[in-house]
Amino acid sequence: MSMITSRHLLNIEDFTNDEIYAVLENAKTFKEVNERPIKKLPTLRGRTIVNLFLEPSTRTRGSFELAQKRLSADSLNFSASASATTKGESLIDTAQTFDAMKVDMVIVRHKYAGTPYILTQNMDAHIVNGGDGINEHPTQTLLDLFTIQEKLGRIEGLTVGIVGDIVHSRVAGSLAPALKRLGARVIFVAPPAYQPVVPEALGAEASYDFDAILPELDVVCLLRIQGERAQGLSVPSIREYASLYGLNAARANTLMRKDAIVLHPGPMNRGVEITPDVIADPRTYVLDQVNAGVAVRMAVMYMMLGGDADE
Amino acid sequence: MSKILLKGARVVDPAVKLDKIADVLVQRGRIACVCPAGDCADVCADTTVIDCSGKILVPGLVDLHVHLREPGFEYREDIASGTHAAAHGGFTAIGAMANTNPVIDTGATVKFALDKAAEVGCVRVYQYGALTKGLAGTQLAEMADMHRSGAVAFSDDGMGIQNPQLMRRAMEYVHIFDGLIIAHCEDEDLVDGGVVHEGLVATRLGVAGQASLSEALAVHRDIELARLTGTRLHIAHVSAAASIDAIRAAKAAGDIRLTAEVTPHHLFMNEDDLDLTYNTNLKMNPPLRSETDRAALLEALLDGTIDTIATDHAPHAPQEKELEFELANFGTTGLETALSAVITHLVLPGIMDWATLVDRMSHRPRAILGIEPVTIAKGSTADITIVDPEAEIVVTKDWLVGKGKNSAFLGKTLTGVASEVIVDGTLVLRGGEII
Amino acid sequence: MATNTSDVVKTTVMTSDDVKRSLMRISHEILEANGGSDNVALVGIVTHGNNVASAIADNIYAIEGTKVPVGTLDISLYRDDIATKLSPVLHRTDIPFDVSDKTIVLVDDVLFTGRTIRAAMDAVIDFGRPRAIQLAVLVDRGHRELPIRADFVGKNVPSARTERVRIRLEEVDGVTSVDILGNDVGTAQNANSALQQSDM
Repeated sequence: MSMITSRHLLNIEDFTNDEIYAVLENAKTFKEVNERPIKKLPTLRGRTIVNLFLEPSTRTRGSFELAQKRLSADSLNFSASASATTKGESLIDTAQTFDAMKVDMVIVRHKYAGTPYILTQNMDAHIVNGGDGINEHPTQTLLDLFTIQEKLGRIEGLTVGIVGDIVHSRVAGSLAPALKRLGARVIFVAPPAYQPVVPEALGAEASYDFDAILPELDVVCLLRIQGERAQGLSVPSIREYASLYGLNAARANTLMRKDAIVLHPGPMNRGVEITPDVIADPRTYVLDQVNAGVAVRMAVMYMMLGGDADE
Repeated sequence: MSKILLKGARVVDPAVKLDKIADVLVQRGRIACVCPAGDCADVCADTTVIDCSGKILVPGLVDLHVHLREPGFEYREDIASGTHAAAHGGFTAIGAMANTNPVIDTGATVKFALDKAAEVGCVRVYQYGALTKGLAGTQLAEMADMHRSGAVAFSDDGMGIQNPQLMRRAMEYVHIFDGLIIAHCEDEDLVDGGVVHEGLVATRLGVAGQASLSEALAVHRDIELARLTGTRLHIAHVSAAASIDAIRAAKAAGDIRLTAEVTPHHLFMNEDDLDLTYNTNLKMNPPLRSETDRAALLEALLDGTIDTIATDHAPHAPQEKELEFELANFGTTGLETALSAVITHLVLPGIMDWATLVDRMSHRPRAILGIEPVTIAKGSTADITIVDPEAEIVVTKDWLVGKGKNSAFLGKTLTGVASEVIVDGTLVLRGGEII
Repeated sequence: MATNTSDVVKTTVMTSDDVKRSLMRISHEILEANGGSDNVALVGIVTHGNNVASAIADNIYAIEGTKVPVGTLDISLYRDDIATKLSPVLHRTDIPFDVSDKTIVLVDDVLFTGRTIRAAMDAVIDFGRPRAIQLAVLVDRGHRELPIRADFVGKNVPSARTERVRIRLEEVDGVTSVDILGNDVGTAQNANSALQQSDM
């Protein structure tokens, strides 16, 4: 028996609270492995994992790939530009093709919500959601939780602000409900066009006023602002967005708590949601998140693939 | 032509204040007599006698909103398969939308569709013409020509007319022949790429939503344009409570000729039916909205604010539905499940009586189109639907006879189904099977 | 668990004093074999070998007055049966010294099939290139599946394959003893996971 009850990780809801904490605990071991001169374990020798990245991704894909290599899994990268997977080309065919090749696990990234579920219906492999449209990105959430727990020692009872384009963010889509479930308070800080229709559905409160909320926050999680989305229709300009919601030194030094931490899933828009001096602030742990990402993904793959075969 | 004797059904027709057990004799396309059970004397050797005891006999049902897909998309549905689906669902007549390929936007294409329907269709097909050329929303189509060729209404259904001045001109133009406009009310700027209702479901599924206002605003606009122009206006597939408010107010004002329809899926499902399995058969436009909207639609149907139930039967091929939710085509089939859904959810629980069902699904749609009324009375055209109110069906792909298997009701068990359908005096459905 | 028939002690093969004496002898043997404690480091395999390793390190301190480095090793990620068995919780591997050119004495409580030791050797080698790897075990119960033997053995305990050998240590269990438990095959599968993990 694998120790994760769910066969797949499509949404963060697939993991119970205990399973989330178990992932975070085991990730510590993998983090230690990643500090060794020889960053290699034989753990998943002979297991085949496909990285099905149907939307461009550098960080998530690289993180999964490294995690697989360090666990000695055989991995195959299959990417297609978003334009090549337009209407008419069937995801089902892709799924069935890899199913016929007998792979053990598929990491899928796609620009459309719900695609990991489609894979589960068309293949036997374990499916891990590497980000589906604006829906969810559960492994990002696990690494965020790892970093929060590592830096602050707990998750329960914290107040976490997620700042940016929430409605178009799969990061927020997974992180907010997970934080809520683990006993944190979540506040979405964004202009109206970036707020989800029903913030409560993700377990969050909504605020338009970053300056009012910032002093309350234990964790400031900044999201990337997509330039093309920002201009004109949703907010008047990037400049104005940054003036209201960007984390700059003035805000960080006067309004942000000394013991608060700053997270960002990357890639960062320097000078928009975060300024370079805040990136350099010791309270900012963006690179720790990247580091944790490999360990957390190793833990997820180990725990989902280990023990899953018939005796 | 042989006679058909329909024996012992409960005959329900509010138009002639009828609700009793009776025998109905059909001859030469007409109802020859409606007489007390067992009293029909005019039976001879070539009479087909059908025992209808325990069943409900009503004037043939009409679905004002069907996409037959022919010409151009015959892989989804064609006139033959679509009319089969209609008969299977208990309809004797359907209104066919113009969004085919080529678009039905000329007299010639209207004629093609009507001729083809007369040739291969097993129920009556009333053809609608496009309001604008190619449904492009920029130039008026030749509506007078289409009218002369037999088009009974005009609609760009599938897309909303975005330009209010163009809609105004279209309404003014059909005044020449007192035409009917069927409005697909949708403000595309407000929809802004939304594929589900802008509410809980959008947040839960992580996909873009479309606000109810995208429909309601267009409903308001078209009502005001109808008021300005005096044109007959029918609002297609109303989905939002806010739209109902506008329609109710306009009807109360009494100064415009306004009707409206609701689909079975909007009546019996809401956004909560969409879950993380991303069932694309529940992706339709307008989308399934909130429970508040659903309740308002039902109330409006019962109080008559909404005139009729129309299915927006939108068949699609598997390759257009078995896709990522955001890529899948909009639409569900509806012809074959509408009657059963209405019986299951409204008639059997006592929310709606049979007479109201007949009014909403048979008399009012004919009145909206301005076509010959059908009643269960001597001399009337013999378009008849007979319902087995106790038969149970499980909606499966195999049970559906239409080409489109993309039913929002797949997997559901429904009670009450059409067992016989007679069109123009001819039996086209018997024992639930297409003849 | 307490009423499980498989937990009924059939034989106590080592008492607390026996264990202490054996560990003292092993400590002497390690020093003798390596000409003292220079360059020797102990790596205990969790979840019991680490306690045995601490006890040996204490003995060496008592004998020589030197503190040998002690590390702990969780071999879960090196198991050859991960596909079917999974350690739900990983223990910390902590080897706070450079293994290169050291004599590493792997320490475990029970030597059984040898698969744990195979995994442990792979794991140690991933930390560097030791000069030599030696093996110390409190109990050798036979039934090897790999060509592995211990350099230092507390006691050879002949056992049936289906029997279980339970090692209890004061630091963990409050009492020290080595027992052979009843060989009820049917219930052996419910056995204490620590025992199961003591060898694969």
